[in-house]
Parts: sequence; C-alpha cells; structure tokens
Amino acid sequence: MKTILYLVQKEFLQIFRDKMMLPVIFAIPVFQLLILSYTATFEIKKIDLGIADLDQSATSSDLISRFSASPFYIMKEIKGNYQELEEQMQSGELEQIIYIPQGFEKKLFTKNNTAVQVVTDAINGSAASLMSAYSMRIISDYNKQFLVKELFMPMDYKNINTEVAYWYNPDLNYKTFMVPGILVLLVTVIGLFLSAMNIVKEKEIGTIEQLNVTPIKKYQFIIGKLLPFWIIAMFDLLLGLLLARFVFMVPMIGSISLVIGVAAIYLVLVLGMGLFISSISNNQQQSMFISWFFVMIFILLSGLFTAVENMPQWARALNVVNPIAYFIKFMRLVLLKGSSFADVSHLIASISIYALFMISLATWRYRKVS
Amino acid sequence: MRIFIIKEFLQIFRDTRSMIILFGIPIVQVLLFGFALKNELKNVPIAILDQSKDVYTQELSHKILSSGYFVLEEMLQSEKDIEVIFKKGEVKEVIVFESDFGNKLIQTQQADLQIITDASDPNTANIVYSYTQSIVRDYIEELNISSQKPVLIIPQTQMQYNRELKSVFMFVPGVIAIILMLVSTMMTSISITREKELGTMEVLLVSPVKPWQIIIGKVIPYVILSFINAVIILLISYFVFEMPFSGSLTLLLSVSLLFIVLSLSLGLFISTVSDTQQIAMLLSMFALLLPTILLSGYIFPIKNMPLILQYLSDLMPAKWFIIVIKNIIIKGNGFALVWKEILVLVAMTVFFIVLSVKKFKIRLS
Repeated sequence: MKTILYLVQKEFLQIFRDKMMLPVIFAIPVFQLLILSYTATFEIKKIDLGIADLDQSATSSDLISRFSASPFYIMKEIKGNYQELEEQMQSGELEQIIYIPQGFEKKLFTKNNTAVQVVTDAINGSAASLMSAYSMRIISDYNKQFLVKELFMPMDYKNINTEVAYWYNPDLNYKTFMVPGILVLLVTVIGLFLSAMNIVKEKEIGTIEQLNVTPIKKYQFIIGKLLPFWIIAMFDLLLGLLLARFVFMVPMIGSISLVIGVAAIYLVLVLGMGLFISSISNNQQQSMFISWFFVMIFILLSGLFTAVENMPQWARALNVVNPIAYFIKFMRLVLLKGSSFADVSHLIASISIYALFMISLATWRYRKVS
Repeated sequence: MRIFIIKEFLQIFRDTRSMIILFGIPIVQVLLFGFALKNELKNVPIAILDQSKDVYTQELSHKILSSGYFVLEEMLQSEKDIEVIFKKGEVKEVIVFESDFGNKLIQTQQADLQIITDASDPNTANIVYSYTQSIVRDYIEELNISSQKPVLIIPQTQMQYNRELKSVFMFVPGVIAIILMLVSTMMTSISITREKELGTMEVLLVSPVKPWQIIIGKVIPYVILSFINAVIILLISYFVFEMPFSGSLTLLLSVSLLFIVLSLSLGLFISTVSDTQQIAMLLSMFALLLPTILLSGYIFPIKNMPLILQYLSDLMPAKWFIIVIKNIIIKGNGFALVWKEILVLVAMTVFFIVLSVKKFKIRLS
C-alpha cells in the first residue's frame, strides 16, 4: 500500500511539474465543453432563398409572399430571370431557387396545371430533403387555398389532427443533449491519452529499466501508474457535471451517484485500454497514432453527432466494442430521462465486463522486463 | 541538407508500424465514415399505442411501418407503457391513436392522433416527427380521394449537385480535411518535440546544419507523406464514393498541398510551445480534433450556430479548406470563385510559419 502511495505521489509530481499540463488537463476541456456544446444543431432555418418570377402577376407575388412569411426562409433575391440566381447558387450565396414560369397565373385560372421548379443545393443531402419538403408544403398549401378561394371548390373533408409532444425536452434544447456526450468524450480523451503515453514514455526515455529493477510488484506498478490518471479524469468529470448542471441547466433527472459509480468503472476501462496501447507500442508517436485511430472511430460511431439508428447494420455492430457508445448512451438515459438502475443494467454490465477484460488484458500484456 | 532529408525519411520508413498506421488509418477511416455516417432516417424503432384498433388505425399504422423509415418495436397496451419503453432507450417515437379513432373520423370527420417523441435527442425527434407527419398527410389525402381536388401547381424538385442526396458528399470533404490536418499537424509537432525531449535537438543545433535547414529537413518528408495520403483519399472518394470531381485537378491538388503545408506549420508552432511529446499531442488533439469536427461545417452547418461561434469558425483552417474542396469537387468551380478562401489559407500558413520561426529563434538565444 505504501509503495503504491509513493508511486502515485511520484506520478503526480511528474505530471504537474510540466507547467503546460495543468491548463491542458483542466482548462481546455472546460473551455471546450462551454463552447462546443453550442455548435451542434441540425435545425434548418434561415434558408437563403432566391425566386425567379417570370410571371410577375398578382398570383405569383401572392405565392412569393407565402415564402417570405415563412420563418424558414430568408428572401435574398427576387429576379425576373433565372440565370443570375443560378450563378449565385454556384458561388454559394443561395441555397434554394424557386422558378415561377411565364403564364403561371393565366394557366391557373384556366384550370390548366403548371409547373413550379424548386432547385435545391443538395450537397448536404439531409438538409436538402428538409428544405425541399418545406417548399413543397408551402406550394401545396397555396394550391389548396387557391382552389378554395379563387375557384370556389369545397374544403377538405376528413381530417386527422396530429398533436406532437416532445418528451424529456419540450423546448428542444440541443445543448442538454450534447453536453453529456461531449463530457464523455473529453474525459475519455484525457484518460486514454494520458495513460497510453505514460508508460511508453518511460520506455522511450529508458527510465522503465530503473523501475523494473526495483522490488515493486506488477500490480503495485499498474495501480500506481493508473490511479493518478483515474483521479484526474474523475475530477474532470465532476467539474463537467457541475458545469452541465449549473451553466447548461441539463435537467439531471436520474441518480447522480449512479452516474458517478458507473463513471468510475468506465474510467478503469479507458485507462486499461490506454495501458494496453502503451504496452504494444515502441514510442509515444506510435501509441498516440493508435489511440487517435480508435478515438476517432469511437467518437464518430458513438452516436454523439449522428444518430446510431441511421448507420448501416455493420457499423452498428462495430459499436459492440465501442466504450464511448455505451457510456454516452448510459449518461443520456440516466441524466436526461431518469432511467433507473434496472433500465440501464445491460449497459452497466457491458461496461463492467469490458473494463474487467481490458484491465486484465493490459496487465497480462505488460511485462516487467521490456 | 539533402542528406538530412534522406536521414529523416529513413528514420520514418524504418519504423514499419508507424508506416502502416500512417497510411492505414486514413484509408480505413475514409472508408468507414464514408459508408457509416449517414443522416438519412432509416429503420427508426417506434412503438404504437392503438386504443381503437379499427380499419383506419390499422391502415395508417401499416402505412407508417411500410414507409421504410420506421420499424415497430412494440405494440403498447396502455399509456403507462410509454414511459417504461422510453426509459429503456431504444424507441424514439410513440404513436397514440385515441379510442374510437375510426368512429370519430366517420361521424365527425375529425380524429386525434398523438405523436410522442423522445426529445432527449432533439435532432432525431424533430426529423422523426416531420417524417411521420408527412405520412399522415398523405393518408389524409387518400381518405379524401372522393373529394380530391386537382393539383394545379406541380412542384418539380431538382436536387442540384447531388441528385441522389448521398451523404458522402457532405462527409467526405470533411473527412479529408480532418485526416490531413491531424496527421500532418500531429506528425510534425510530435517528431520535433521528440528530438527536444530526447535531447537530440541540441546535438542537431550544434551541428553545422542551420536551424531553418533542420526544420525544412524535418518537414519535407511529412509534406510528401501527407500528399501521398491526400491523393489516396481523393482516389478513394472518386472510385469508391463516386464523387463527381468536376473541377480542375491541378487546382484541387495545389489546394491540398497548401492545406498540408498549413497543417504542418501549425504543427511546427505547437512544437515550439511544448516541451514534451505528451503536451504536443494533447494540444494537437484538443485544440484541433473537436473544434475541427464541430466548427468546420463538417457535420453541423455553421450558419445555425450562435454568432460568436460563427466568428470563431472563421479561425478554423479546415472550414476554408472544406469550402474550397466542395466547390472544386462537387460544384466544379474554378479559381475565380474560391480565391478568397485560398487567400485565407495562404495568410494562415504565413502567419504560423512566421510565428514559429520567431519562437524558434528565441529558444536558440
């Protein structure tokens, strides 16, 4: 026990001797949590719209007024020709162009159908399909109204009223969703990278030999090495939770002690993984690349930014070995929805088994004689 | 000088594991993310609480479930089940038909349908709701088929630049930027701080090789390696993801080279402020990875962010590179439409090089 304490003390001294370390471990994550949580929204509003009105009639301007009244659109340009607008889309100033052909009004009053073209910049495919749906709805509503008001046709007959309820987040506040996820990410990165680079650093500099000839036992060495990082990462997590609660007003319906308890296990998993990477690499550069490779994949597949449901089956299957995915899911369920121990027991079980597996693998792989 | 570059090359190539990582990682990641990251809604698990169980509710349920967007996870029996199923976390939406749905629809022409979404994920909740609503709308039209009115205004939609709405068009330019940036920036910053940490930097400095030669010698191998990487990624996006590549290839390659040099100069700068590889790595990771993913317009559109963040995003080199890449590859635009963004990239490169040279000199004196 005493040996471990000495080792821990040595590690802490070593970590904080480096003046850059303190801001990197504490200030940057907090800063990132504060800033980046505001970035994540897929909401489509303020679509830059251009209209080519070749008809210039009362009806066409009536239709145009529907678009300018819609909260989704910013009317950038109403022109009498299409060419210029297309150039503006090419240079990225417009996202959508509505083309109203000549003779639009005349055809409508003679009950001939007429086409209105909707051109959407579709580089961002999902945004494009939403934008296109918005404009279709406006046009089809206008179509109906025109028939009822101008051509005196009967109103719709049967109707189903849809009423929507947004549970757990009635204001659709994106931050409450992002904050727990980004927090998980930051804690994981801190824990994984610190532990992945630590032992390999001793290898690279040669000090590992000195440690190897001391009478320290393997388990003492590993605990002594990992405990400081565990404490640092835990501290970061608590700091993040406080920020989440008091700055971002994340509801935190569920049990906080459950969150902290599972986080403690999760960090063992992360540190074990870091230790394992450390033991299979020859130098810090290698261990960093390997960690970076896995972190990148884990992050992007975890459902932090894009919903897991939308991924193909094989990508979802990969998430079986993705610790970030488990923990983000757990955090969101417990913090945002107040899920109980029983609801998330399968996640806790996965995290615990994974942690046990990883730490044993790392311990087994680490040999005192390098 | 040339000998020095050769020495660096040898040092990098000798380490086969690093080589595998260096070329393997980008390829695996581009493939993985090109195929896996999607924003299209597909097979979202939902639950239905049908308190009426009549022809109408069954028809509408069938319509919703056969749309391809949703799969039925469970038929609920009572309102209490809604809370329970949400807490388990799989189901994203519960559709509630009121009791007597069909009868009301026949007698009063009106019926109520409740859509409850799990808005702890607001993005998905919103999309799920709007998809469901449009299916319900279609169904209403079908019900009113007898009194169907003519559709006079026919909207013709045209999806410019990306007819099939593939999400790779959105993700691939971002993946290219992130991989180039992280690989180049991390590699340089780490390899230079490594010399510092191991003490070999001093040895180099007292040798007759001039400091700027050392830096150039360190950087050139990485420029070449990153450029090969960039070409591989571009080839993958052309052959595997069928990106159009309608613009000038020379322009595309020169801009990629410019971006690589920018990333390397950023790495150089990081190496001048950090003393250990660990710090260099954490700085490149933290200062670059998350901000580059989130603030570059790679996943989240910048124009929806708060104004301050929009300004902040202007500082992200990747943002400008992604704009240029999309313009060249997808829209086929030439230099005339992207010179401003290129100018920003050039300015950033110069800024970081000047800054690091200054820092480097101070360290020497």
